[in-house]
Amino acid sequence: MSDSVPPPEAPPRYTVLRDRHEALGASFTDFGGWMMPVRYTSDLAEHHAVRTAAGLFDISHMAELWVHDGRAADFLDYALAGRVSSMPVGRAKYSLVLAEDGGIVDDVIVYRTGTSYFLVVANAGNRDAVAAALTSRRERWGHAQAFLDGPPRGDGAAVLGADAPRIEDVTDQVALLAVQGPRAQEIVAAADGVEITGTPLADVGNYAWTEGRFAGVPLFVARTGYTGEDGFELLVENARAGELWDALRAAGAPRGLVPAGLAARDTLRLEAGMPLYGHELSLDVRPAQAGLGRVVALDKEDFVGKAGLANAVPDAPVLVGLIAEGRRAGRAGYRVYDASGGAEPVGEITSGALGPTIGHPIAMAYVPPALSVPGTLLAIDVRGTRIPATVTALPFYRRTK
Amino acid sequence: MTDLDSLAYTAEHEWVALSGAIATVGITDYAADKLGDVVYVDLPAVGAAVTADAVCGEIESTKSVGELYAPLTGTVVEVNDAAVDDPSLVNSAPFGEGWLLRIEVSGTADGLLDRAAYAALTGGDA
Repeated sequence: MSDSVPPPEAPPRYTVLRDRHEALGASFTDFGGWMMPVRYTSDLAEHHAVRTAAGLFDISHMAELWVHDGRAADFLDYALAGRVSSMPVGRAKYSLVLAEDGGIVDDVIVYRTGTSYFLVVANAGNRDAVAAALTSRRERWGHAQAFLDGPPRGDGAAVLGADAPRIEDVTDQVALLAVQGPRAQEIVAAADGVEITGTPLADVGNYAWTEGRFAGVPLFVARTGYTGEDGFELLVENARAGELWDALRAAGAPRGLVPAGLAARDTLRLEAGMPLYGHELSLDVRPAQAGLGRVVALDKEDFVGKAGLANAVPDAPVLVGLIAEGRRAGRAGYRVYDASGGAEPVGEITSGALGPTIGHPIAMAYVPPALSVPGTLLAIDVRGTRIPATVTALPFYRRTK
Repeated sequence: MTDLDSLAYTAEHEWVALSGAIATVGITDYAADKLGDVVYVDLPAVGAAVTADAVCGEIESTKSVGELYAPLTGTVVEVNDAAVDDPSLVNSAPFGEGWLLRIEVSGTADGLLDRAAYAALTGGDA
């Protein structure tokens, strides 16, 4: 693990693009220990731009960890919920870091960049938790593999065995920019100085990546995102991030691209039914509750969380979508009631807003399984007023291809 | 353009334009900017009695909910239906077309801030 992880009491940090955000008049908010642009001008305009053209996001607060060498793939099969080892080089996968009891430490995207080389992108606020989990799991797994490989040789360096991968936190060295929206491919392709040397952009599938060069340095380009639209996430070293931002804006401006902040990112991901750690996901939530059962490869021989998940919790609340009429939105923490006017809440909203594209108040909430069937009528307590809301299948929004 | 120095302000980021006993009330550009895009405005009914410093409405943006405090005690004589129909007016013209309500003030209009005091409150950003 890197020595550069700040202590928990460290003041919020800015990304290397701070001066550009400030020049654009951005408002900032503390998110996961980082001061990030929440909006530049209008969060609604930024939201609509991503749905209809493109938006440019600075998501450099996200944590990047390389897991490489040794038997990195087998190690990640143990450390993460999904099966990483069967994923071909060039692909990416949404996965979870589970706690022993099956709770969720973080949700991550894992990119396979080589047979034994993986990029794990984690949430900013969970950087330390993910780094610590991977490191401690490597100790445990490494010792086990070393033991299986033969008796310890007695030299400290070999105690983990040759199977244990290296884990490097490069969050402080790199910037991550996201170009999201139907015109994203066109914009990345047109950006001055961006040269794709791997798979051509047009042939990069969803949840796949390619590589290239920008201003003389390596560029990692992945077709992933958090908006429900087509789009790319571009990883570049800090020193070139400003130039890349400028090049993408220049190529994007005539194509409708605008810089977009976390407010738009949140309504976009909410409409797309994507969970946000700390809202829909937490240590107290198991994957199946959040509709993420498919992410867990239960047939793997062993992985952290497997034993915990074997102890099913009966009637655990499950995540649903709620849609209401009018304009008043339920917000995180608001109580959900049954439609009969019962005094006791049946659940709680984890995220909610007036969906800018949907045009209705939408929310995600945890409710008992019996009340989770689409079409079930419930009520949201919006600051003392109960607003009728209907359970609906997620996502609220799905782009037309 | 409204002369911002001629307005009175509250610590809850409302502005007040007094004309005789009638106070026109809105939220400041600072508040509108902090809220983000306003998507819903809930105002008291015409004829409702409002009390200084008590909540009399709500302003919701995409990201958050702000409470509207009555800056003065009195009776609501008019609300801005245009802002209810198109809440984006609160962002685009907070001191103009985005006004929210008019109150017929009972008693004296005191306890308000002048522009300099309000600017000091918002760290000079207002």
